[in-house]
Amino acid sequence: MSDTPLLDQLETGPWPSFVADLKRMAAKKPQIKDLLGQLERSYEEKITHWKHGGIVGVLGYGSGIIGRYSDLPDDFPGLEHFHTMRINQPSGWFYTTAALRMLCDIWDQYGSGVMNMHGSTGDIIFLGTTTDNLEPCFQALARNGFDIGGSGSAMRSPSCCCGLSRCEWSCYDTMEACYDITQEFQFELHRPGFPYKFKFKFSGCPNDCVAAVARADCSVIGVWKDDIRIDQAAVKAYAGGELKPKGGGAHVDKLDIQKDVVDLCPTQCMSWDGSTLKINNRECNHCMHCINLMPQALRPGTDKGATILLGSHAPILEGAQMSWVIVPFMRMEKPFDELKELGANIMEWWTENGKNRERVGELILRLGMREFCLAVGLDPVPQSIKTPRCNPFFFWHPEDFEAEAEGKTYIKL
Amino acid sequence: MAEDRITDIGPPHYEQFLPPVIKANYGKWKYHEIPRPGVLKHVSESGDELYTVRCGAGRLLTTDYVREVCDIADKFCDGHVRWTSRNNIEFLTPKKENVEPLIAAIKAQGWPVGGTGHAVTSIVHTQGWIHCHTPAIDASGIVKSVMDDLFEYFGEHRLPAQVRISLACCLNMCGAVHCSDIAILGIHRTPPKIFHDKLRHVCEIPTTIAACPTGAIRPHPDKSIKSVVVNEERCMYCGNCYTMCPAMPLFDPDKGGVALLIGGKVSNAKHPPMFSRLGVPYLPNNPPRWPEVCQAIRKILLAYVNGANKWERLGEWITRIGWSRFFEICDIPFTFQHIDDYKWAYDTYNTSMHFKF
Repeated sequence: MSDTPLLDQLETGPWPSFVADLKRMAAKKPQIKDLLGQLERSYEEKITHWKHGGIVGVLGYGSGIIGRYSDLPDDFPGLEHFHTMRINQPSGWFYTTAALRMLCDIWDQYGSGVMNMHGSTGDIIFLGTTTDNLEPCFQALARNGFDIGGSGSAMRSPSCCCGLSRCEWSCYDTMEACYDITQEFQFELHRPGFPYKFKFKFSGCPNDCVAAVARADCSVIGVWKDDIRIDQAAVKAYAGGELKPKGGGAHVDKLDIQKDVVDLCPTQCMSWDGSTLKINNRECNHCMHCINLMPQALRPGTDKGATILLGSHAPILEGAQMSWVIVPFMRMEKPFDELKELGANIMEWWTENGKNRERVGELILRLGMREFCLAVGLDPVPQSIKTPRCNPFFFWHPEDFEAEAEGKTYIKL
Repeated sequence: MAEDRITDIGPPHYEQFLPPVIKANYGKWKYHEIPRPGVLKHVSESGDELYTVRCGAGRLLTTDYVREVCDIADKFCDGHVRWTSRNNIEFLTPKKENVEPLIAAIKAQGWPVGGTGHAVTSIVHTQGWIHCHTPAIDASGIVKSVMDDLFEYFGEHRLPAQVRISLACCLNMCGAVHCSDIAILGIHRTPPKIFHDKLRHVCEIPTTIAACPTGAIRPHPDKSIKSVVVNEERCMYCGNCYTMCPAMPLFDPDKGGVALLIGGKVSNAKHPPMFSRLGVPYLPNNPPRWPEVCQAIRKILLAYVNGANKWERLGEWITRIGWSRFFEICDIPFTFQHIDDYKWAYDTYNTSMHFKF
């Protein structure tokens, strides 16, 4: 009779089985036998058996370790202390096998051998160790070039798409930006001093492969300002069926340039006469649809940078928000001084004004975009809104009257 | 000893982990193809080629599993491998002749190849019962069950567009699943139970009160009882009080379960990014295989496959046909739960005659 009859049912089927994987580890590590036992109990009772709590961490950091304890320590003594360590991942999640084996060796020595590749924010997650092992595990990692990631009311480990390393669409070096910004804000990452969490995510183009718009307080999304580059011969090859849409990744083998590309352009800025594709680039809103469909014919332009959007978070508390545009275009070249300065200004204003557990996007809604923009040094730009307000409750400040006295008007006549 | 400690070094620089073909062609990639499901071919301005074989995985792995990944990467990829933002493993090689044996080695391991283009790719997910203190549901078990059920869509490009499924095991959504084609969300449906005798000993009352995002917790009106009370009408079952105070569990094994939120996306292609919206308010929490969840997702996915135009994401299809038609097609009875009554509810009400019977 198996100890885990419910979990055993997850060993069959074509998708890789985490139960089979954990069982192998259970043969070597008694705490994993306990982990499976407690999970089986949760499957029987349909409730969790983990407790939060207890401040645990490594010396000098307030971040990156999450205290975790079983509420059934008598039944599963191996889980009495079973803390999580977040390890800051390298940009783009690239590894050599030497680095991965080193990480595995350290985690086998100091922890449970169970991990996440990767957690939701992007870190490597080590699941399950005791308080005594935290510091030696951290120092073993640090001697091998790895550091702990963020947690709590701190900067969280920034993450990015693979960018220039393997994508022709990336409009800036996402991996270097992610690395550089992570290094710049090490203090804020390891020592929680914010009202709540703060996340940076870097996507190279508007396809947004790291979902920056949905889940980063500061979303940095690549964009170009000039013309989409066109290879007309390749467009014809798509029209003729020699090249497959989406490089072969679609459910159809041949593109209808008019119906599939031109008619679906959200700004109707394209035309196709059967031999030449024309784009009125000034009207293009860089949605990426045409480029996604014809990767051998179309590419983003060469005048590239990023749009900075701010404010997204999951539903707690005011309801989910997506980030909105605050800077339509920023050059993104090393050492990324403009972004660092803006980021620091945003964090300073938010730390001064934010209530406990208020994300920066919620603070802006509470205090208003005007106060935010003035505090961090941004001008109002029309790209930041979908529509202007429809109510008449707009307010005037002494500065507005002063500007008018100096000749400011609201329409040029 | 203490002065030898290393801190604040940050993550290692990525460059040391890049394959030589990537270092040589960094920023020079010209185009890509997907010659078969699960395989990407990137071509550089220089003419160099890079082949990527994408392998599906859950995010919960052991060091044994990672070492097996390393064995394959050593054999076919000169020791180079990466993970994607959706928990897929990508094996990278400039050698075309390595692709077929690499795929064979991955399949021999029992791992799936796919997740590219118009496929259902790996489900991003949270911890669930394996490691979290507030989940309503497990994570890895539901992900495994749903991916087993939808396996045919992982390894082929059969769908009108890509479909991104995500799972968060409670409404705190540490997985931020709120812009997914299909979001599987664990929900508690009852307020916390308060154990006053225990609370007195294990909880700090001010921090417990401060933990409530809706201000629903206040000191017990009877001053002789050193505890708190919850205004149940304001409680939205987030469990943040339980994080601070273990004497306030909100788990109800019978009433907790799964909601499905539908039609979100993050890409800007054609339509701007969209939130996922409540599709199915409740499905039972039924381990180990969650058959109702699997069936509901399959039903919605098939309705989308049958109804969507080419290139339409799930949310774009629903936007075109209207939510009332979507509910009708998917046999989902409309309920009060579907009508928003939270902060920005008005934005979701239909103020036009644009609807269907």
